[in-house]
Amino acid sequence: MTYIRFKPENADLSPALQPGDLLRNLIDLQFPIFPEGNPGTSKWSPALDVYDDKDSFVVTLEAPGLKKDDFTISWHDDALHVAAERKEEKAGNERTCLRRERYFGRFSRTVSLPADVESGKIAAAYKDGVLTITLPKAEQAKPRQIEVSVN
Amino acid sequence: MTTTTETAPTAATVRAPERIQYINPVTSIYEDADGFTVEAEMPGVAREGVSVAVHDGELVFTGSKAPRASGTRVYGESARADYRRVFDLDPAVEADKITARLDQGVLVLRLPKAQGRKPRHIVVTD
Repeated sequence: MTYIRFKPENADLSPALQPGDLLRNLIDLQFPIFPEGNPGTSKWSPALDVYDDKDSFVVTLEAPGLKKDDFTISWHDDALHVAAERKEEKAGNERTCLRRERYFGRFSRTVSLPADVESGKIAAAYKDGVLTITLPKAEQAKPRQIEVSVN
Repeated sequence: MTTTTETAPTAATVRAPERIQYINPVTSIYEDADGFTVEAEMPGVAREGVSVAVHDGELVFTGSKAPRASGTRVYGESARADYRRVFDLDPAVEADKITARLDQGVLVLRLPKAQGRKPRHIVVTD
């Protein structure tokens, strides 16, 4: 099973970055631990879970505050790709931010699954801020019970 | 001289309260002239799972996750604990006028300021 954490190449500095992150990013830039991008940096990476149900895989992604049309879900190169962008609401009245922890911007996640799936039957639903993608297993990947007759 | 014997509570009589683990929801807070807006991310929480309370000048909100998917989890990044966070309430907030709504996993609280506590402009007279 391989899981790839995708990081966009032109990762720009977001307004959500704090001054401490700036310094940390500079240090990380000089000493990359993971050449493809540090998993723990402040880039938005929604928590992803994979469940193995008998006949299908279920991938859940915690991405609150989006609309269902914001997601781009695709299946290619034997992997599931999910991307979305969360935009900060522009409030009409003047307001000051006292605490900013929520991240706004793009994310992109890629996950490959341990068995073949029927790519034509992938379905997705978005509820309570969780994106749930159901990927039915291909016929040959489903668990099979073989009856053995004993003579 | 009298002696009293005290029986120490044994493990069988005193049961430690069950430990509930919570995680802090990611929260942003905004202030404008009329009040405060609190946005807390609680993905996986339905409306029935949210509770918002004001107690002793503190705003407490919790959210319990509904069970997600059937099957066994083969890979996981999400925390399986419930959400809980406490903030000190600004004295200007009118506690009984706080409203809450849940929008795709984001709890949005509106905390209006009391009319008398808003900044007033006082005209200087001679």
